[in-house]
Formats: sequence, structure tokens, C-alpha cells
Amino acid sequence: MKIGLFIPCYIDGFFPEAGIATLELLEHFGIEVGYPLTQTCCGHPMANEGDQLHSAAENFKSFEYIIGPAGSCVKYIKMLLDAIPQTNEVAQVQPRTNELIEFLHDILKVESFPWKNIGTDPNNYDPHYLNEAMRENARKKFLSADAGMTGVNFALAETGTFVVCPNEGNAGIGASVPPLHIVSMGIEKLIPEVTDLSIFISLLSRSALGTLATRYTSHFTGPRPGSEMHIIITDNGRSRRLRLNDFWHSLKGIRCGACMNTYPVYRRSGGLAYGATNSGPIGVIPDPTFDESKYSELPYHSTCGSCTDVCPVKIDISDQILKWRKVMAEKKYLPISRRLAFGTIGKVFEHPGLFRSAETATGSALRFTPHFLLYNRALNPGGRHRELPSFAKQTFRERYLQYKAKDHGQ
Amino acid sequence: MDSNTRNQVLSAVRSQLPATQIDYPEIPDFPKKITALLPAFEERIIDAGGSIYKPGSLKSAQFLLNQQFPEAKVICSASSDIQGNRDIHSVINPHELADVDVGVIRARFGVAENGMVWLTQEDLVVNALGFLSQHLVILLTPTELVADMYDAYLKVSLEDTAYGCFMMGPSATADIGAVLVHGAQGARSLSVYLV
Repeated sequence: MKIGLFIPCYIDGFFPEAGIATLELLEHFGIEVGYPLTQTCCGHPMANEGDQLHSAAENFKSFEYIIGPAGSCVKYIKMLLDAIPQTNEVAQVQPRTNELIEFLHDILKVESFPWKNIGTDPNNYDPHYLNEAMRENARKKFLSADAGMTGVNFALAETGTFVVCPNEGNAGIGASVPPLHIVSMGIEKLIPEVTDLSIFISLLSRSALGTLATRYTSHFTGPRPGSEMHIIITDNGRSRRLRLNDFWHSLKGIRCGACMNTYPVYRRSGGLAYGATNSGPIGVIPDPTFDESKYSELPYHSTCGSCTDVCPVKIDISDQILKWRKVMAEKKYLPISRRLAFGTIGKVFEHPGLFRSAETATGSALRFTPHFLLYNRALNPGGRHRELPSFAKQTFRERYLQYKAKDHGQ
Repeated sequence: MDSNTRNQVLSAVRSQLPATQIDYPEIPDFPKKITALLPAFEERIIDAGGSIYKPGSLKSAQFLLNQQFPEAKVICSASSDIQGNRDIHSVINPHELADVDVGVIRARFGVAENGMVWLTQEDLVVNALGFLSQHLVILLTPTELVADMYDAYLKVSLEDTAYGCFMMGPSATADIGAVLVHGAQGARSLSVYLV
């Protein structure tokens, strides 16, 4: 079976690894993969210019299947490749084009990826069965590890102890088996005395899982005999936050997750929606202290007040979020100004010549030019929040040629 | 600027302390709700997925152990009260405990409000015994119980041991499909022998 690999412009320039992985995966199944070097993209960004004949039809007419790892680009070809004369060749491209997963599942009928899985039955979803497989797989890794890393839930000034509260037992193995234990904690984890722990341990898991405590509450006051222990204590903006009268209370957080569990957006879509390491309602408070401009949208997310109600350490989360809104409004990070600016960004995408010529000129030009055009603050405040990922050092096209030269001695 | 990162963090905190000073809060004297410690403790152990046994003597505890785990090939006891077939005192490297089927440890005390047991490095001898063993048997004197975490932290002395752990039932996870499964990475089961 000979297939044509269709790597859209976005993957070529920004995510070449996805292209290489697609190529390797297809070759793993013994498929002969051709990559027409003159392809550009699906034609979607340049629809108004009408370059579809070259980008799709000309390059791929000789392949049995055309496979791309990008759903929207593939869909564009399948549904909308109709702005050019519908010759026989063009008409053949449409039905032969498939998204990668669709191709693996519907056409190749792949049942498993034996070189990638841990030996589980792909049709068995039983959590007990899957847990057992995970346990067996992970244990080997724990036993062969040279170092174990843990975080910290609380640290005690009084005794120099730090406390780790897991349920799975992985932190226990990580700390008790390898000869080296590396510990990472933020400065706000520190509490004064041992008796204070009684309050916090009682609050933590009740507010997190609704259990009376975590399975393990481990107290480390030194390395175990014959092992090393290293503790990394990070500030990372916490001391700066301490000075912010309105927002320092967020440092009282014990990372139980109560505000996340009660917040509908987090429950439905998880933490990735926040675009920051600290997610959930509590994350909305520290995130802007790292980058006020980048996270200026976050305080517009949540106001029902449920987060404040459930917080076991009485952080006024929703009030603090409102205060951030005030800050953002005063600094004119208002959503309306972004909406108004969208006309400008469209103009740049309407000119494929800019994209193509910049890319073929080794790509370096693109690293500078469009950023200026796209993210010029006066033209487009919206770019601040929707910045493209940085351009890869090498495009897929460049990496493909190296891959071929290495593998096939060409 | 001070090149010592420790000093940098400390001086950053000192110079940016919140304007409002707050008094060190006093932990209130919470009313004790649990009067009968042992029944409460037993209930909490079962809630946590553990089990409770009451052998009348150490001899019957030994018999019970063999009966409860007839298939066990390697039994390692950190307590002189129970005999195993792997001598923990001759273990040099924790990896030697990777094949332990049943680990036996005597706990210092239990907590009635949640079913935790307190184990220190001295009780475990090799800490890994508490985590690598497939099954755990915890020996506990039934009178060694405290009501809650407030009493529990009065009883531990963290300065005196490099490692101490409150353990509550077998290891668990609900990461897959939010279904509770015992035996995630640590022990698959935890039995408390009140003896």
C-alpha cells in the first residue's frame, strides 16, 4: 500500500514532531510512505487565494491514500476542495484523503500497538484490571530507579520535618527504595509547629477526596540510613505575592482541590482550560502574579462564590478574583478591545505569500516578521492571548529529508 | 545581591511581609466526640478497606497469619512478636524486599477517628517494608489508641525519628474511571491484629 503523507503547514512549521511520529507510525505498519516535497497546506488559510490545485490535487494524485495527522485540514480537503475545476484527478483526491486515526481504525483496522502498550487487553476497561497492569508496569520502574522525587504537603519549622500525603503509595516507594530522595517544595508549605499539623491533616483529605485522611501521611525528618535526601525550596514569585495586600491570602492554600471540585468548569473540562500550572479558582489568583498580561483573562472566569464557601482555609477566593478583575479593568485588559481587533489578524492570514516565502527562506524570517505583524499591540491586542507557539527550529520538511538520508542512506 | 539563594529567599520574604500582622492562632479545645475508642477505630479500619482480627495471644496471631496467607512465600516481620521467613535485620538494600508477600509491623498506636496507625523507621526497620510488601499485617495493642489527630500529634515525637508514617488502610487509587481500587502501588491489603 502506498500512501501520500500530507503534513499541513501548521504541523510543518510548529509541530514537526507530530509529522515525524506519523511517518514512523505508518512505517511501523509496513506501509510505503511518500511525502511530496512541493506540498504546502490544505488550502484553508489561503482559501481566498485559491492555491488548492497545487497544495492538494497536484501533489497527491498518484497515491492510493492520502493521510494527514490533522483533522481540520483533512476535513477541509474532503469537504471543501471544490473551488478548483473538478478534474478526474481532483475528484480522486477527496475520497482518498483520511485523517490518521480514521485511517488506522477504519481502513487499516489496527487492533493494537504492541510495541507501545503494557500488555493490556484494549477492550478491557475494568479499573481493577487496568490498575493491576499499571502496578506491575510501574513497580519495575520504581525498583530500577536511581532516585525518587516527591513533593511536600506541609513542612514544619519546629522540627525540620516535611510531610507527604499520598494515597497510591508511589511516594512511599520513591522515598524508601532508591538510594536518593529529591524533595521539592514551595516556601508557603511551611507551618510553625507540630500541633498545627493536626488541623491541616484533618482538613486536607476531607476537602480533597472526602476521605478522613490520605492513606499515607509520611513525616520525613532526615534521610534514612544509607541514603541521601536533598530538599529544593522554591520561591518562584511567592514572596512577591506576599506583598500584594489583596492577594497574599492565596498563599494559605493547602492544594486540597475543594474549589476545583465545586467549580463546574473545572469539573467538566479539567485544568487545561486555565492555560496555567495553577488551575481551578484558586489558580486564578496566583497566575496573574506570574504574568499579568498573559493571564488577564482568567479573572473573568468564575464568580458564583461556591469556591469561597468550600475553602477549608477560608481564602476569600471569589472576592480576590473580583479584585483581579478590577486590576485588569484599570489596566485596560478588557475583553471588548480584543474582539474589535480581530479584523487585523485576518489580513495577515489572507496573504499566503508572506507565510510561504518566510518559511521557505529557512523559516528564520517567520520567527521575527509575523510576530511583529500578528502581535503588534496597537493592531491586535488579541494576539497577546492567542499567541502562536514558537516556530520549530527545523520544519517537518527539513527533518523528513534528514530522516530519509539517515534511514535509507540517500 | 546576595549570591546565596537561601538568603535571597529569606530576605525577599522579610521585605515583603503583609502589612497587617495576624496573631498566631490558637488551636481551640475541640470537644471530644468519640468516647469508646476501640469500636470507633475498628469501624474506621473497615471503612478504609482494611480488616480487623483479634487473636487472643501472639501464638494465635502467628497461627492466624499462616492461615490468612497460606500462599505467601516470603513473610518478613519487623516485630519480634511474629516469626517470618525473611530476616529484616540482615537486609542491606531495600530492593531485597521487592519479593515480600506479607510484611508484619508493630504500630506504636492507632487513631480512633480515622483508623490510622503510627509507624516509625524504628518499627519498620527498613522503611520499604511498609511499601513494597504485597500485604501488610499491623500488630497493635488494643489499648494503644488516641481519639483524634490532636491527641495523635501530641504523642508523636518527630525529632526522634527520621521517618514516621500514619497509615490508613491499604494503598488506593480512584484515578481510573473514578472507581476505588485497593492496591495501587503500595500494599494490596492491610490487616490489623489487635494483640
